[in-house]
Amino acid sequence: MAQTIPADVPVHDEAHHEESFWSHYVFSTDHKMIAMQYMFTGIFMGLIGGFFAYAFRMQLAFPGVEVPLFGVVSPNEYNALITNHGAIMIFWVAMPVLIAALGNYLIPLMIGADDMVFPRLNRLSYQIFLVSAIVLLASFFVPGGGFAGAWTFYPPLSSTAEYSLTPLGSSLFVVAIALEFAAFLMGGINFIVTAMNSRAPGMKLYDIPMVVWMIVVASVLFMLSVGPLIAGAVMLLFDQNLGTAFFNPERGGDPILWQHLFWFFGHPEVYVVLLPALGVVAEIITVFARKKLFAYRTVLYTVFGTGVLSFTVWAHHQFVAGIDPRMAHVFTVTTLLISVPLAEAMFVYIATLYGGSISLTTPMLWALGFIATFLIGGVTGIFLGASGEDIYLHDTYFVLAHFHYTFFPIAIIGFYAAITFWFPKMFGRMMDERLGKIHFWGTIIPFNFIFIPLFVLGLAGQHRRIYDFTNYPDLAAYQPIRVFATISLLVMFSFQLVFFYNFFKSMFRGPKAPKNPWQANTLEWTTESPPPHGNWKELPTVHRGPYEYSVEGRESDYWPQNEPA
Amino acid sequence: MSDATAESVAEEHVHHPNYTRIYVILLVLLVISVLGPMLEIRIITLLTAFGIAVVKAYLVVKNFMHIDIAKRYIAYLGATSLVFMLLFFAGAAPDVMKPDGSNWEKPLWQQTGVDITANPEHAAHGEDGHGDEHGEDHAEDGSH
Amino acid sequence: MSARPIATTRSAAGMPTGRLAVWWLIASEIVIFGGLLASYIMFRLAHDMWSEQAAHTSTAIGAFNTFVLLTSSYFAVLGHKAAEEGDGPKAARYLWYTFAGGATFLAVKSYEWTTEILHGYTIASNTFWSFYYTAAGLHALHVLAGIIIIAIIAVAARRNEELHRVELIGIYWHFVDVVWIFLFPLLYIAK
Repeated sequence: MAQTIPADVPVHDEAHHEESFWSHYVFSTDHKMIAMQYMFTGIFMGLIGGFFAYAFRMQLAFPGVEVPLFGVVSPNEYNALITNHGAIMIFWVAMPVLIAALGNYLIPLMIGADDMVFPRLNRLSYQIFLVSAIVLLASFFVPGGGFAGAWTFYPPLSSTAEYSLTPLGSSLFVVAIALEFAAFLMGGINFIVTAMNSRAPGMKLYDIPMVVWMIVVASVLFMLSVGPLIAGAVMLLFDQNLGTAFFNPERGGDPILWQHLFWFFGHPEVYVVLLPALGVVAEIITVFARKKLFAYRTVLYTVFGTGVLSFTVWAHHQFVAGIDPRMAHVFTVTTLLISVPLAEAMFVYIATLYGGSISLTTPMLWALGFIATFLIGGVTGIFLGASGEDIYLHDTYFVLAHFHYTFFPIAIIGFYAAITFWFPKMFGRMMDERLGKIHFWGTIIPFNFIFIPLFVLGLAGQHRRIYDFTNYPDLAAYQPIRVFATISLLVMFSFQLVFFYNFFKSMFRGPKAPKNPWQANTLEWTTESPPPHGNWKELPTVHRGPYEYSVEGRESDYWPQNEPA
Repeated sequence: MSDATAESVAEEHVHHPNYTRIYVILLVLLVISVLGPMLEIRIITLLTAFGIAVVKAYLVVKNFMHIDIAKRYIAYLGATSLVFMLLFFAGAAPDVMKPDGSNWEKPLWQQTGVDITANPEHAAHGEDGHGDEHGEDHAEDGSH
Repeated sequence: MSARPIATTRSAAGMPTGRLAVWWLIASEIVIFGGLLASYIMFRLAHDMWSEQAAHTSTAIGAFNTFVLLTSSYFAVLGHKAAEEGDGPKAARYLWYTFAGGATFLAVKSYEWTTEILHGYTIASNTFWSFYYTAAGLHALHVLAGIIIIAIIAVAARRNEELHRVELIGIYWHFVDVVWIFLFPLLYIAK
């Protein structure tokens, strides 16, 4: 029973009047437009975060040099740059692009609904997110400058203005992050309820495309883990501004409490952004290997297992913080355990590829690149998860390189995979494959050239958060490696120009995309490219799972979910 | 999965318990929880204060929020979030409740009866309160 | 105002969309209050000398406020029952009683806090008082938000509009009540 939109109900505003620029682009409640708003805000913030990385990498490679477009990086500026690079890339790039933009765009389209269940709440969520981004950007321009006490904002650096030297910047930083959480809580409730309640008729739990599952599980993880940190952010704001002492041991508080509050959120957060990227990869490899996803249910249970386990590992960030050593043992065990489900996910993806008719399109390259690079990130994590070894590696560049080997695949490669795959649906035009491949190789090779040297530096004992290594006799000899990493970074950045050229050129001048350019099964490919307001003229009904590729005895090698048997 | 629309779901009417009876029970419990601590016996204070809070919360959640007739997963959801909070407590308490960490101390945690104040005026006020004589023996209770 | 999307009217999970969303909201609130109260309990168990500070809170006022919230919850559930019977004006009347309860709660709280602050117990004087004001303040914010929403829904319910919302705000309001049921012994009774 397909539901049609009753003719007498004015569902669409534009039925009555031409939409103005403001109501169409700025105050829209359409999930696709809100997704675009999130995505472009995320890209904009990503450019800022990337620029910060450029500035401080230049300082590390060529200490004291006048960085083009920035100037000489002072020590405090250096700290502010690394702090905000971290915060921006996680909270204002990975979260909005992977969860909010993909969730908003894909959930209604993939489950066959006309919009999110609460369109106005959705708009409010974006607006609060935008305010949070503005607050963060504003914090760079207040007296004292932006917050410079590392993105984890541990007290006392974050709570005491005498230490941080950024009395206003640190408060604005906390406010911006709290607002961002509020925005994603609203968005998360919207995603979860939409996916639970608004599926197309016939779509059973195991017919839901993997990426939707992943985004929903990620939203649940976010929602259940962020609460203590919201409480903690309020406590920290009071410590900063009202003279309380929640985190001040001299007056009966406890700085370790902050670390627990932060990492109880902070570790599940890794999986919050990882899962959507894993989902994107699952969609892409099934389409371009023309094979059913290997062990759909196992992947699903793996994801649930990962989600639950991710709540039990947080203190592995605190092994050297003076926590109870017995607890460190517990957290070592859980940390090593959590690599099991993820390793399994990797094997499942490889099994999906096995024997498929693989076509190496740009999205497929990105998906494969994700698997390869994330694997390195995962494997190096095991070293850090062991509490004994972590004592040596803690706060070195090894941690930093490990972290970037997980987050770069998630946030950047995951984004490129998703955008190259869904671009035809989003903008109704095809991207240039040749430029896409140039961009892929121009990103993935320099990426490894940046971070593999940093593993070496980390093993040599190079500490993070140091402004100028040439002052350290033991570390000064490694300067050529730093220069090499920085030059690789410049190369990687310059190849991003290829992407932006391709992106904007294709958006306006690319060849028109058909409804289903990749011959994929999921529901979003059954509507126009780009989908109209309301998504379908007649909402679809689902007859089968999302990965019925190369089914024997059928003429075409795909079988859309909405096609009657 | 059912294709039911919101209207047809709303039709399964909630069976309404006798709200007035539950309200009266809640008030009686409230009175007990206030009177219990007046006996000044620690164990009874804890039992009446927190035991009754749990009972009251259960009555409200079951009868007013109708969690018993909601879908089962709602109860699981609530339970899950509570379990995660217990988990947080279990992971953080060994560190936070220890007065001296491995490399740092919280010296003022160990001093009993001292008011930890932001400014001395308030300190003076806190100390002449009636808490002083109690402070000492409570500390003994908690030390084992 | 545009009509609801079809997505909102579906209920594949067997529950109306609004009610489902309120329960998820409550799950997210449980962890916010849970994190704060877990921190408080850790500190409280480790600082026995806080009991002398807690002795300065007024059990009588706390008990009265508990009574007020329980009563307002009672009216909220009667409003839900009336709304389900389709009697909008009656539901609206009960909602206004609930509103009055919430407003009384806030008024009593302002009186209580004023007294305490005048006696020198401010948010910065001791970590017990910091938790006291933070936890009760966070809860009071929820009460404030609740009564604003109750007023909006009551106005609509009087015209027999959006009656299903009476149940939704009721669930939220009972949750706020439950939080207070735990705050009361934590902050007032345990001395």
